[in-house]
Amino acid sequence: MTASNAPIIQVRDLTVGYDHHVILQNVAFEVRAGEVFCILGGSGCGKSTLLKHMIGLHQPMTGSILVDGTDIVTATGEERRALLGRIGVAYQNGALFGSMTLIENICLVLEEFTSLPRGAMETIARMKMKVVGLQEAGHRMPSELSGGMRKRAAIARAMALDPKIVFLDEPSAGLDPITAAQLDDLIVELSRTLKITFVIVTHELPSIFTVADRVIMLDKERKTIIAAGRPQDLRDRSDDPWVRQFFNRQSSGEAV
Amino acid sequence: MARSDTASLDWEPLDGGGVRLTLKGTLNADSVEGLWPQVMRNLAERKPSVIEIDAKGVESLDAAGMALLFELRAAQEDGKGGFRIRGLRDDLGEMMKLFDPGRPSAPARGPGLLIRSVNGLGQAAHEFVMGFHSQVGFLGEIFVRLLGVLIRPSRLRWADTFLIAEKAGANAVGIVALMGFLIGLILAFQSAIAMRKFGAEIYVADLVAISLFRELGPLITAFILASRSGSAFAAELGTMKVNEEVDALVTMGVDPVRFLALPRMVAAVGVMPLLTLFNMLFGLIGCGLVMRSFGYPVTTYVEEIQQAASLGDLFGGLVKTVVFGALIAGIGCLRGLQTGNSPSAVGDSATRAVVSGIVAIVLADGVFAVVYYYLGI
Repeated sequence: MTASNAPIIQVRDLTVGYDHHVILQNVAFEVRAGEVFCILGGSGCGKSTLLKHMIGLHQPMTGSILVDGTDIVTATGEERRALLGRIGVAYQNGALFGSMTLIENICLVLEEFTSLPRGAMETIARMKMKVVGLQEAGHRMPSELSGGMRKRAAIARAMALDPKIVFLDEPSAGLDPITAAQLDDLIVELSRTLKITFVIVTHELPSIFTVADRVIMLDKERKTIIAAGRPQDLRDRSDDPWVRQFFNRQSSGEAV
Repeated sequence: MARSDTASLDWEPLDGGGVRLTLKGTLNADSVEGLWPQVMRNLAERKPSVIEIDAKGVESLDAAGMALLFELRAAQEDGKGGFRIRGLRDDLGEMMKLFDPGRPSAPARGPGLLIRSVNGLGQAAHEFVMGFHSQVGFLGEIFVRLLGVLIRPSRLRWADTFLIAEKAGANAVGIVALMGFLIGLILAFQSAIAMRKFGAEIYVADLVAISLFRELGPLITAFILASRSGSAFAAELGTMKVNEEVDALVTMGVDPVRFLALPRMVAAVGVMPLLTLFNMLFGLIGCGLVMRSFGYPVTTYVEEIQQAASLGDLFGGLVKTVVFGALIAGIGCLRGLQTGNSPSAVGDSATRAVVSGIVAIVLADGVFAVVYYYLGI
């Protein structure tokens, strides 16, 4: 888990919400190239909402989000498409297309962004499947896979275009501890060998301590970032009782 | 995938039928797009005993570049030829190890066309028989529950039943009336062309009224209900099945058939005769409009209908609608509860509900025709 200092994502003065209802306000942070960056917080604090704004699915109320040099808030259609070729997203439930095999799922992205021959695309798809440990499952349908395999396949599809940044929404949610740990190891391995920047939304404590270089923590009541830094530092040295409560997995904030 | 820079390659013959392939530059999606067909064509022509890749000049390599090298290796292995890479930078070599997909595992070869056809025919027949079996079984199950409700009416969820009746019935009045009006109008015009030759336009009223009462009214209304509400029942219950709501009902000790299917069945059976009456009424209005345009007064038209069609025709048609309503609701609910887990399963269930519903309606109508013939209705 090494990271260079150059920021690859810069979020500035971001306020997000729906129908005049503010969910997060004045959010500002940076993600450095090559690091594994986690967005933490309790249920309903706006983690996934923030992620959806970072990948351009939603427009914020105010603020800017610079992803690999492109402001995704003001980007033109062409700029946005160029950026989509440099990022990958794996959704919470995989979001694999159920009518296609895993290889076809990956080839779909390649068909959209490259003019490679079909054979090349299939070889690339098999390479991506191998990286996530699913080399034998390429011809299977998503419905034939377990939850862990589906998440791995979603990561393989997210990496189809050799992205600089991969966004993961709750990658270990709903997985057994062994599968979750294997997925964490995969993220660390990909970050180390391919220098991919990972932005991960999660609230799984074991995963956070295994994969995260740095984290930010959001709070539903205060509607903003309440802590930022290395997870070990936040657990051991934070002054905020809620942060300590989160990292020490306590049901109330009074115990230390 | 990086989309810039260029790559070049040179073929150089080696002793013993081999070739040295010197690659230079950036092997990325852009450069590989052009190189791939050229390399594969050359390979097929030369069929080298050995390919030696000189990769000293390779500056960078993305997935497309690696795919080219892996494909070359696979082609050589297929032709029992040799393959080696020399001079590739260590970091690029490490990356290739990480992404090495090995030999492609071809999907298992299926049986031949004849076996597949016979197999498919057998499967289709089996599915048809089992589908018919489950439909009859399910309808029987619902009727048993219905008898239970007749004994204890409070066991039926009346609020749900009225809500479903509103959606399936009241909200469908417009389309049912419009279809009836148009069918009455069109039928009257079409039959008038033939009748006019014999100066018998007045009998158009007889033809339309009897057709609407006995066949067209019940059938058209049933088709509308099947496509509108039968599919909706299947989609609603299918979504509940996918979301494990049906499993939750079972584990809570609530019978899904009584809870979900019975209100839909009662609602559909309740609204079908009323909708059919609307359909018939507007069909007669449509026909009346045509008759009026031929110069017949409204009273003459009404008297002609009264003479031509009996209450037996009307009630014979309405009795059918009760059975059609039961079939539509029963099949819609059954298809919904049979929904699988794949993302397209709900759509498939809705489609199957409509198709099975329409087939069942037509079959039941045939049975009614035979029964009415023998009963002299």
